[in-house]
Amino acid sequence: MMQFMLLFSRQGKLRLQKWYEAHPDKVKKKITRELISTILTRKPKMSSFLEWKDLKIVYKRYASLYFCCAIEQEDNELLTLEIIHRYVELLDKYFGSVCELDIIFNFEKAYFMLDELMVGGEVCETSKVNLLKAIAAQDLLQEDEIVEMALRDMGLI
Amino acid sequence: MTWRPKEKICSRRRSDALINGEGESSGRRPGDTSLGKMSSIKQVINDAVEKGKEVYEKVRQPNPIRLRDLIRQIRSAKTAAEERAVVNRECAYIRLTFREEDSVWRCRNVAKLLYIHMLGYPAHFGQMECLKLIASPRFTDKRIGYLGAMLLLDERQDVHLLITNSLKNDLNSSTQFVQGLALCTLGAIASPEMSRDLAGEVEKLLKSSNAYIRKKAAVCALRIILKVPELMEMFLPATRSLLSEKNHGVLITGVTLITEMCRQSPDMLSHFKKIVPNLVRILKNLIMAGYSPEHDVQGVSDPFLQVKILKLLRILGCGDSEASETMNDILAQVATNTESSKNVGNAILYETVLSIMDIKSESGLRVLAINILGRFLLNADKNIRYVALNTLLRVVHADNSAVQRHRTTIVECLKDADISIRRRAMELCFALINGNNIRTMMKELLAFLEKAEPEFKASCSSKCVLAAEKYSPNVKWHIDTLLKVVQAAGNHVPEDVVSSSIQLISEARSEQPYAVGELWRLLSVAQMEFQPLIQVATWCIGEFGDILLSGQSDVTVVESELIAVYQQILWSSQCSITTKEYALTSLMKLSARLNHEIGSIQQVVSAFGSHLNIELQQRGIEYSQLFTKHSHMRGPLLERMPPFEGTKAGREEGKAALTNGIDSSPDNQALLNDLTTLNNNTNDSYESNALLDLLGGMEPGDGDKVQPTNTVTTGVTPIVPAAPSSNADILDLLGGLDTGPTMPSAISNVNITVAPNQLPSNGNASFLLDGLLNNSTSVTSPVTSLQNFNNISSPVSQQSSIPGINAYDKNGMKLDMTFEVQESLTTINMQATNNTGSQVTDFLFQAAVPKSLQLQMLNPSSTTLAPSGTLSQVIKVNNPNKVALRMRIKLSWTANGSQIQDQGEISNFPPALWQ
Repeated sequence: MMQFMLLFSRQGKLRLQKWYEAHPDKVKKKITRELISTILTRKPKMSSFLEWKDLKIVYKRYASLYFCCAIEQEDNELLTLEIIHRYVELLDKYFGSVCELDIIFNFEKAYFMLDELMVGGEVCETSKVNLLKAIAAQDLLQEDEIVEMALRDMGLI
Repeated sequence: MTWRPKEKICSRRRSDALINGEGESSGRRPGDTSLGKMSSIKQVINDAVEKGKEVYEKVRQPNPIRLRDLIRQIRSAKTAAEERAVVNRECAYIRLTFREEDSVWRCRNVAKLLYIHMLGYPAHFGQMECLKLIASPRFTDKRIGYLGAMLLLDERQDVHLLITNSLKNDLNSSTQFVQGLALCTLGAIASPEMSRDLAGEVEKLLKSSNAYIRKKAAVCALRIILKVPELMEMFLPATRSLLSEKNHGVLITGVTLITEMCRQSPDMLSHFKKIVPNLVRILKNLIMAGYSPEHDVQGVSDPFLQVKILKLLRILGCGDSEASETMNDILAQVATNTESSKNVGNAILYETVLSIMDIKSESGLRVLAINILGRFLLNADKNIRYVALNTLLRVVHADNSAVQRHRTTIVECLKDADISIRRRAMELCFALINGNNIRTMMKELLAFLEKAEPEFKASCSSKCVLAAEKYSPNVKWHIDTLLKVVQAAGNHVPEDVVSSSIQLISEARSEQPYAVGELWRLLSVAQMEFQPLIQVATWCIGEFGDILLSGQSDVTVVESELIAVYQQILWSSQCSITTKEYALTSLMKLSARLNHEIGSIQQVVSAFGSHLNIELQQRGIEYSQLFTKHSHMRGPLLERMPPFEGTKAGREEGKAALTNGIDSSPDNQALLNDLTTLNNNTNDSYESNALLDLLGGMEPGDGDKVQPTNTVTTGVTPIVPAAPSSNADILDLLGGLDTGPTMPSAISNVNITVAPNQLPSNGNASFLLDGLLNNSTSVTSPVTSLQNFNNISSPVSQQSSIPGINAYDKNGMKLDMTFEVQESLTTINMQATNNTGSQVTDFLFQAAVPKSLQLQMLNPSSTTLAPSGTLSQVIKVNNPNKVALRMRIKLSWTANGSQIQDQGEISNFPPALWQ
C-alpha cells in the first residue's frame, strides 16, 4: 500500500501531498522537509529508490516536478514508477501537455485525478479511458450546477 | 493563459517522458469541448452565464478574490515576509467569512485555504467549513469539502463523529459520483470507529451493480479490515464474487482485498486456496489476450493487475506444494513471455521472480528466476540493477550456486555509478565468497575498498577480514590480505581489524619474518592517514624487532633508520594519541631488541615524561625508570608476548556467524561485536595469566601488599606462578607502596591487593603496572582495554586522578564532593561544612540529574550542623551511557531562626567521571 505521495518542485516547493496514513501535521511537515531535501540532493545517476526508515521511497522527476511515493517493503518499486507515470499521463491528457503551473493553479483538479486513480493507497482503476470519463463526468456535473445556479440567480428558472 | 510556462512536465521530445507514441493529443484545456462533451449550444449558454455571473458578482459586495488571483498574488510575493503578509491577510478574511456563515463563497474560501495549507500555514480552522460543504447538496461543494476533509482531517480528530453522518448519507446517495467521493474519503481517513459505523454501507456497496462503486467499496473494505480485523468475516461473501468480474478496476481492488485478508488471517488463507485456478486463468487471459488499448502499458496488458495477482499467488503458494504446482506453469509463462526491454515488463518479471522464490517451485523455475535477475544486472536502467541486487541478496542463501553463476556481473556492479547499487553489490559479493573464489573476489573487493567512499570503508574492511579468516588458503595470503585491507582502508580501519591483524601475526610464527619485513617496508613510507597501519606495524616491529634486524626477513634495516622512523611518528602532530601509545611501547620493546641505539631510545622515551597527554606522560616516566633505577629488569619485562592462542574458539564462532548471513543487519553486527568481545575476553584471561606470571614472585616476599591468587574467573586453567627470579625484582618496584591504607579491590580477572596511595613516587610504580598491562592488552579493542584498565588499575589510578570539587560555597555553606568510580557507578561523597558561625538545623540537600542517569541519595549523616561542623551524605549516580554528568541541586537549611533556600547547577564535575 502506498503511504503517501508528494509532488514538489525543483526549488523544493510542495505542490501536492496525499497521505494515506494518519500523521500529525508536524510529522507530515517533517517528513516532507526531510524527503524533499534528500531527494533534491541526489544525483541524476543514482537510482530512483531510497530506503527511508521502514519505507521505500520511489521518486521520479518530470521536468521541473518531482513525484515521490512512499511504499511498504513488500510493494513493487518498479511498478510504483509505472503508477507515477500513469498519473502523469492522466494529468497530461486532462490538462493537455501538463506543466507545473497547471498543477499549481488547478491543484484541486490534480487531487481529483489522483483520487480516481488511487483510493486508500491502492490503485483502483487501470483503464485510462474510464478514469478520464469519470473525471469529465464529474466536471460536467459541476458545470451544470453553475449553469443552473446562474440561471436561477438571474431569475431565468 | 499567459502564465503557462515553457517547460512542460510531459515533454514529448524524450522517449522516457510520458506517452510514447500517443503524444498527438493537442493542447486542449479542461473546459474546452473535449472535456465536458458539451454541445456548442451549451457552450453558448455557458458563456452567457459566465458573463451574467460576473455582473452578479459585481452586485454582491464585497467579493472574495478568486483562488486563481490569490495564487497569483502569493506567487508574485518577492520575499517570504511578503508572502506571509498576503497569506495572513487572506486568512483573516477567510476566518471572517467563516464566522459570518457566508455559504455562497464557502467553497471558494475553503479552496483558497487548502492552497494556503499546502504552503505550510495552519488551516485547521477550516475543518468545520469542510464538513458544512460536505453537507451541502451541491456537487461542487461536496467535491471541495471532501477534498478538504481528506487534507485537513485524519482519523484522530473529534469532528469525525460529524463526518461519519455525512458519509453515511452520501454513501446512500443516488448519484454515483457522490457515493464515489464518500468512498474515497472513507478510504483515506477511516478511523476504527468510522469503520465500524460504516462497514454495513460499504458491504452493501460492494454488491452494487455499478463497477465504479464496487471497486471503490472494495478498497474501503480493505481499509476497514486494516483498522478493525474482526469485520473481515462480514465482507467475505461479497469478496468472493469480485473475482468473476470483467472490469479491471473491480478485479484489481478485489485481488488487493483478498490479499490483505489472506495476510491477516490463516483461515482466510486456507479459504482462498481454492481461487488459485481462477487467478491463474485471469493471469493467463491477460498474457494471451491480444492488444487491448484500454489497459495496455507499452505493450504489456494491465501490469498493475498482473502484479497484484502475482503477489496474491505468492501468498497462496507459500509453503503449499499443491497450490505451487498449480501456478508453476503460469509463472514460467509470465517469466518467459514478458517483454523485458521496458520498465513495465521488468516490474512484472521482478514480481514473478519474488513469487517463484517464495513458493515451492521446481528447481528449473528457480534457476530461470535467478537468471532473470542476472539479466537485470546487465540492464542499462539503474533502477532495475538496484532491484536485481536487492532481490539476489534476499535469495542468495537459498540458492547460492545459482547466484554464483552471475558473480562476474555482480562484481562489475561494484564499479557502478550509483552508490546504493555499489552498497548492495558489496554485500552480495561478501555473501558469495567461498573457498574457491576467495582469491579473485578478495582482489576485486580490495580494489573496491581502495576507491570506496569513507562510509563503506569500515564495514567493508571488517567483512574482508572475516572472509579472509574464514577462507584464506594459507597464512601468508591471509597476512598479505590483512595488510592490504589496512592499507586500502586507511584511517577508516576499525579497531577490530587492527587487533585481528596483530593476532594473526602473533600466532603465525613461521610467517613473522615475512610479515615484519613487509610491515617495515610499509611503515617506512606510511603517511599519517594510515594510523591503523602504523599501529599494526609498530606493534609487530616492537615484538619481533629482533627478527627484522637479524636479517631473517628479506629487508635489511639499520637500527638508526628504525629509530628515525619512530621519532617521526612520535613527534608528528598528525599522529593520534593511540598510535603514539603503540609506538612508544613498541619503541620501549625495541630497547630490549636493539644493540646500539639504546641511548637514543632512552632519550626519546624520557622526553615523553613531560608530554601533555597524561597517558603518554605516564608511559614516558614509567619507561624511563626502566633505563635507570630498574634497568636490570628491562630485559625480562620486555620479553616477547606469547602468541594469542586463546582466540581460536572465538574465531570459529565468528565463522559460524559469517555463514549465517553477510548482510550488515544490526543484529548480525551486534553478534559479531559480541564475538569480538568474546575474543578479547579470552585474550584478557590469557594476559591475566601472564600478569600472574609476572607478579608471581611477589607472593612470598610481601604478601601484604600484592597478593596474586589463582582465581581466574574466565575459565582458563590458572597458572601457578613459578616465581622466576628476575620477576621477583618487581617487588623492588612495588616495595615503596608501604604508605597509605590498604584498600582491597575486587578485580574481575585476578584478585590483587594493591595499596592505593597518593604519593607520586608510588603512583609511578602502580602506573608501571598499568603500563605493562596496557602494553599487553594493546591488541584488544578499546572497549576491552578500557575494561582492563578499570579492572586492574582503576582502584589505584582513578582514585588519585579524579580530583574533588567544590560544588557550592554561598551563604556560609560549603559543599565539597569527592568521587569514586566503579564501572558506570559513580559514588559521590558530599561533605557540607557550616561556615555560618551559628547552628544550622533542618539541612536538606536535594539533587536531580539528566534523564539518562539514575540517582540514588543515601541519608545524610545528620541534619544539624554545629558552627564549623560538617555532615556528609553519599550520592550514587548510575551513568550507563557515560554521558557528561550535570546536577541540579536545591539546598535549604535554617540558621538563626530564618530559613535559607538556594538552588543551582553543578556542571564542573571532572570529565574523568564519565570517560
